[in-house]
Amino acid sequence: MSTTTNTKYLIIGNSAGGIGAAEAIREVDGVGKITIISDEPYPAYSRPLISEYLAQPCPLEKMLYRKPDFYKANGIQSVPGEKAVAINPAEHTVKLESGGFIKWRKLLLATGGTPIVPTMEGIDLKGVFTFNRLDDAKAIDTFLNEYRSNVKAVVIGGGLIGVSVTEALVKWGVEVTIVEMKDYVLNTILDEEAAALEADALEQASVGIITGRTVAKINSQTAGEVGSVTLDDGRTLPADMVIIAIGVKPRLDLVAGTKIKTNRGIVVDRTMAASLPDIYVCGDAAEAYDFVMGENRPTPVWPNAYEGGCAAGLNMAGKKTEYTGGTSMNALKYFGLNIVSAGLVNPPDDGYKTIVNRHNGTYRKVILKKGKLAGFAFAGDIEKSGIIYNLMKDGVNVDSFKQQLVADDFGLASLPESAWRSKLAKPSASAVPITTAEPKEEAVIGD
Amino acid sequence: MKKVYVNENVCMGCRLCEVYCLLKHAHTKDLIKAYKKESPRALPRVRVDESGIVSLSVRCEHCVDAPCVKACLTGALSRDPVTGLVTVDEERCIGCGTCALVCPLGVPKLDKAQKKMVKCDLCQDEEIPVCVANCPNEALVYMEEKPDTNPVVNYVNNN
Repeated sequence: MSTTTNTKYLIIGNSAGGIGAAEAIREVDGVGKITIISDEPYPAYSRPLISEYLAQPCPLEKMLYRKPDFYKANGIQSVPGEKAVAINPAEHTVKLESGGFIKWRKLLLATGGTPIVPTMEGIDLKGVFTFNRLDDAKAIDTFLNEYRSNVKAVVIGGGLIGVSVTEALVKWGVEVTIVEMKDYVLNTILDEEAAALEADALEQASVGIITGRTVAKINSQTAGEVGSVTLDDGRTLPADMVIIAIGVKPRLDLVAGTKIKTNRGIVVDRTMAASLPDIYVCGDAAEAYDFVMGENRPTPVWPNAYEGGCAAGLNMAGKKTEYTGGTSMNALKYFGLNIVSAGLVNPPDDGYKTIVNRHNGTYRKVILKKGKLAGFAFAGDIEKSGIIYNLMKDGVNVDSFKQQLVADDFGLASLPESAWRSKLAKPSASAVPITTAEPKEEAVIGD
Repeated sequence: MKKVYVNENVCMGCRLCEVYCLLKHAHTKDLIKAYKKESPRALPRVRVDESGIVSLSVRCEHCVDAPCVKACLTGALSRDPVTGLVTVDEERCIGCGTCALVCPLGVPKLDKAQKKMVKCDLCQDEEIPVCVANCPNEALVYMEEKPDTNPVVNYVNNN
C-alpha cells in the first residue's frame, strides 16, 4: 500500500538551483508547503567544495551552502536520500523509490547533471572514480587511505573537474597525469593562451599533461584493480587509480517517457517553465537562456543554477519573472593562479575583434562583436573583471573605450561618464547624512 | 540602510580613503608599521579609479539584489536582512573570485595570502567609516536611507 503526500511546491534536487527556487518562493509565498527531495543524503552543501574536502576532509557543517537551520527557518520539508523515479505530469505526481507518491501543484526539476562515463574496457575496475558529488570525494578519500604510498593517478579530461580533482590529489602526494583529448587543457572555458598559464602552474606542481590523446582502455594487473591505462596511440601509463572527468550532461532520466520536451537539456522558456504546465526546470538539467549567444543552451555553472532557480521559484509562486539569462562563466584558483572567463573564449568566425594585453604573468583578453562584448578572459589579476562582465551582460557598446578594457589601470573611471554614473548609487532626496558629534580633525599622515 | 556616497566633483584622487581603510584592516594601528612592517600588507577595501580629471572612490555598495551573494559558490556571502550589510564569512570563503567576476563595480578583493576575498564592512565598530571620516574634501558622505522597501518588491522590480 503506497502512501501519497501533498505539497504545493515540490523541488527535486537539493543544490544551488533547488535552494535558489526555495528562497525565491519564500519571498513571495510565506506559507505554501515546499518539499525538497534529493537522492543525496545530505543537506545542501557547496558542490565546488568537494575538491577542498578531498584535499583536507572536514565535517559536513563546514561545507553547508546555507546555515544549518535553513530548512526549519524557511518552513521547508527536506527529504534527503529520497530518490524520485518517475513523473506523472497529468496527475501532478512524482513516484518515489521508497514506494510512495508526492502530489504537487508546482514541480521544479533541479536534478543537475550526471558525469559522462565512456564505455571502455576496465571501466568497472576498483580504482575508477568520477568526481561530481561529495560521495565521490569520500570514495576517493577512502581509497587513498587504504592504498599504499606512491599512488599514480590518470585523470581523463582536462576540464574544470579534472583540474580541481588534480589539485586535491597533488596535495595527497599523488603523481597525476591528465589526459586531454583536445589540444589544450580547460579548452571549453579558456582560450589557448590563458590555458597555457594554467598548464604552466600544473606542470610546476609536477602534473603530467598529455593532450590530443584519450584513454582507450584501463588495464588490470591485480585482479579487479586498476594497474595501468592504454592510450589511443598505444602508449601505456602506469596507474593505480583513474578519474573520469570528461564532462557532465544534463540528467534527463526523470523526463524520459514523458512529453516534456528535451534537446541537449530539458527545454525551458524565459520563465524557466518546461513544455508541460506547472513544471519548471533550472540548473545543469535545463537548457536555459544564454545572454551572449542569444539562445537557449546548457551553461552548467553554479551561479546560473542559483539564478535560474530564483526565476523559476518566483514564477512557481505566481510572480511572473523573466530569467535574465546566464552564460558560460567560471572563476578558477587552482595551483595559486586566479583566472576568470565568461562568454565566448575563442571567436567562432572573423566577425569578431580580439584585444589582448599580456605582461608579467597577467593576461587580459576581450572579444568584441559589433562594438559589444562577447567574451573575455583575465588571468593573474582578476579584480575588476566584474565591470567587464556587467558591460557584457548589459549589452553596452564599448567600441569607444575598447582599448581601455584590457589596460592595467582599467577601472570604473575608464568608462564614459554616463556608464559609471549609472553604476554608482546616488542618495535619495530623503537620505539623512550621518556625522560624528565632534568636529572633524585635520587628517595627518603619520598620525 | 547606511551607505557611503561619492561626490566625485570634489574627489581629487588623494587616496587617503585607501590609506585609512588599509590601516583600519591592518594588525597594527600605526600607519608606518602597517605599510612598512606588516607582511603581507593589509588590503584596503576601497579603491580609487582615475582617468584624466575623473577620480572615483569605489567600495561595496551593499546592493539590495547583490549579484555576489547570488553567485557565491559556498554561501560565504550573505546579506543581512535587518542591516542590509553584505558580509563575507571568511571561514567559508575559498577565494575563488566568482564574486569579483559578477560585481558591477569590481570591488571584491582577493587576499592571496589567506586565499579569501575581503570587502567593505562599513567599519562596523566605528560611528562612521574611516574612509569618510578621513576624506579631506568631504568627497565621501555617509548617509542613511529610509529602511529598505520590501526586498521582494525590489527583487521583482529589478528582474
